[in-house]
Amino acid sequence: MATLEIRDLHVSVEAENGPREILKGVDLTVKQGETHAIMGPNGSGKSTLAYSLAGHPKYTVTGGSVLLDGEDVLEMSVDERAKAGVFLAMQYPVEVPGVSVSNFLRTAATAVRGEAPKLRLWVKEVKEAMAALQMDPAFAERNVNEGFSGGEKKRHEILQLELLKPKIAILDETDSGLDVDALRIVSEGINRVRSTGEVGTLLVTHYTRILRYIQPDYVHVFAGGRIVESGGAELADKLENEGYEAYVKGGASE
Amino acid sequence: MADVQNTTGSTTAGSIEVGTAGAGAQLAGPGTGRAAVQQPIDARVAVKPSYDVNDFPVPHGREEDWRFTPLHRLGGLHDGTAATAERGEDKVEFTLPDGVTAETVGREDARLGKAGTPVDRVAAQAFSAFEQALVVTVPKDAVLTEPVKIDVRAEGGVRFAHVVIDVKPFAEAVVVLNHEGTGTRAANVELLVGDGAKLTFVSVQDWDRDAVHVAQHNALVGRDASFKSVVVTFGGDLVRLHPRVNYAGPGGEAELFGLYFADAGQHLEHRLIIDHDTPHCRSNVAYKGALQGQDAHAVWVGDVLIRAAALGTDTYELNRNLVLTDGARVDSIPNLEIETGEIVGAGHASATGRFDDEQLFYLMARGIPADEARRLVVRGFFAELLQQIGVAEVQEQLMEKIETELESAV
Ligand SMILES: Nc1ncnc2c1ncn2[C@@H]1O[C@H](COP(=O)(O)OP(=O)(O)OP(=O)(O)O)[C@@H](O)[C@H]1O
Ligand SMILES: [Mg+2]
Repeated sequence: MATLEIRDLHVSVEAENGPREILKGVDLTVKQGETHAIMGPNGSGKSTLAYSLAGHPKYTVTGGSVLLDGEDVLEMSVDERAKAGVFLAMQYPVEVPGVSVSNFLRTAATAVRGEAPKLRLWVKEVKEAMAALQMDPAFAERNVNEGFSGGEKKRHEILQLELLKPKIAILDETDSGLDVDALRIVSEGINRVRSTGEVGTLLVTHYTRILRYIQPDYVHVFAGGRIVESGGAELADKLENEGYEAYVKGGASE
Repeated sequence: MADVQNTTGSTTAGSIEVGTAGAGAQLAGPGTGRAAVQQPIDARVAVKPSYDVNDFPVPHGREEDWRFTPLHRLGGLHDGTAATAERGEDKVEFTLPDGVTAETVGREDARLGKAGTPVDRVAAQAFSAFEQALVVTVPKDAVLTEPVKIDVRAEGGVRFAHVVIDVKPFAEAVVVLNHEGTGTRAANVELLVGDGAKLTFVSVQDWDRDAVHVAQHNALVGRDASFKSVVVTFGGDLVRLHPRVNYAGPGGEAELFGLYFADAGQHLEHRLIIDHDTPHCRSNVAYKGALQGQDAHAVWVGDVLIRAAALGTDTYELNRNLVLTDGARVDSIPNLEIETGEIVGAGHASATGRFDDEQLFYLMARGIPADEARRLVVRGFFAELLQQIGVAEVQEQLMEKIETELESAV
């Protein structure tokens, strides 16, 4: 069973006046089949955690460890992490001009699976996954994220989640910018992947509304660059009612 | 001003340097809100066109049309030393469909020099020094189903070449001129497109890394004729091509496509002139280049001149560059000069974008290794242009060449 273990993770970014520590000792274990919601105020470091796990070069790990089934994730390059089974659905997916969605998806699937998927089966697989996310088939011929609306970008991220079948899925604010219908469609996509029981999900969010569709097993409150409280789904209700104020004041947030 | 923008919308311009039209002619004419012409395209070429090398002074490098070119890497093509250097051989292979002739002719042959006159010292040097010319003729009304192929393999030394492709009225042909090997080469290529004829001319510069190649392409497009130029430049240390279009009668159409890939240290320069002096003609230019590595340098100058007589002209030119790494330099200068308001349309665009770290991260986060990610982006960037070529066989061959280039370079 795949397990992601984050131990005392410290991460800095290069700021104007030297390095600035954003993550200040994150501890978290995510097992295959589990869903963890990470909730916290703006600027608390949620995306920093997500990007650091995926290996974005902007973030420098200054301490701690991240292991996936005992393998040192921090030693791996970005593509190796993806191949090892780490997937990051991004808060702000970037445009890649000149690369069509269909070409991109097939190249990614080939890389992650270690061999090119059989063309006929692949075409069918993509078609079905797009249909399930109510994406117009015309998107396959458009360039990656180019001119996509916020909601379309998020669907495209979840499309990749469904096709790449990672062991650990990190979903950074996948709910933001979605209207109610889109939120439902995207959540159903995430639930389809979760229902296989083969993915550990790290659901990063600012709001509780996505948790109406996706039942977390654990909720963690993130503030000031670390997890300040953990609990079950009921913790989300508390946040819904009381907000983050208690954590921001009392916590280590700057 | 040229419409210089960053296609990726990112701010990581890094070492990209983009030339602007400021140094050349200013954009003037309808819709630009600008009437002043700083320095007309005509006037920027300092010397009158001539077949005689002695009519051109040796360039010193500050002239408008030489200022981007590293003269010391021209192998003496510009200062007369190449003319006395040891001559080299070219191995040339022809694929000639039925009815097409290829002749080697002497300097005095009456068919030479009809499509245009050398406009700079190297072109004039080539004209003054070539020994024999190649004349390829596609007879009147012949509609070729197979491309004419001229495969040139240069085997070192210096050589001056002169090629005439004469497509007679109402004939239709695709001609592919492929360059491989190495040496110092200067050439004039004449492209005569007869009335109602259609010519697609493909010039591939697949040189070895140390080759030097300077060529002027003169197209003379007949009444209601279509001319398509496809220039693909991958190899060479210094390549400087000068495709030019003139119209012999109304209704002519010219499309100029170009692809180039500059690696570390390579200087790849494309300077185009489309001279609209005839009414109701069209032109469309699209050049795309990718660059990577220290001191990879691409220069693109697109001059479009719409003279007072050229009523009903419709023209558009575009240059896009994709910078893959730090250290590469692009100078992209579109110039549009309009002397009549009675036109259908005129526009230009130039954009230099950077394949940035965020795009690379996004692709890698999906398991795609860095080199494959770059290839994916470059392939897509070029494919958009290839699709416009409209000759399936040529498209496929060029895509294969691009693949080979990407495999070895990226
Ligand atoms: N280059 C940088 N220089 C200085 N500070 C930075 C830099 N990059 C990020 N930060 C800071 O790091 C902190 C954490 O940012 P992060 O994006 O991880 O927050 P977040 O919890 O995802 O917020 P949101 O809910 O708005 O998405 C913020 O205070 C941000 O300003
Ligand atoms: Mg965030």
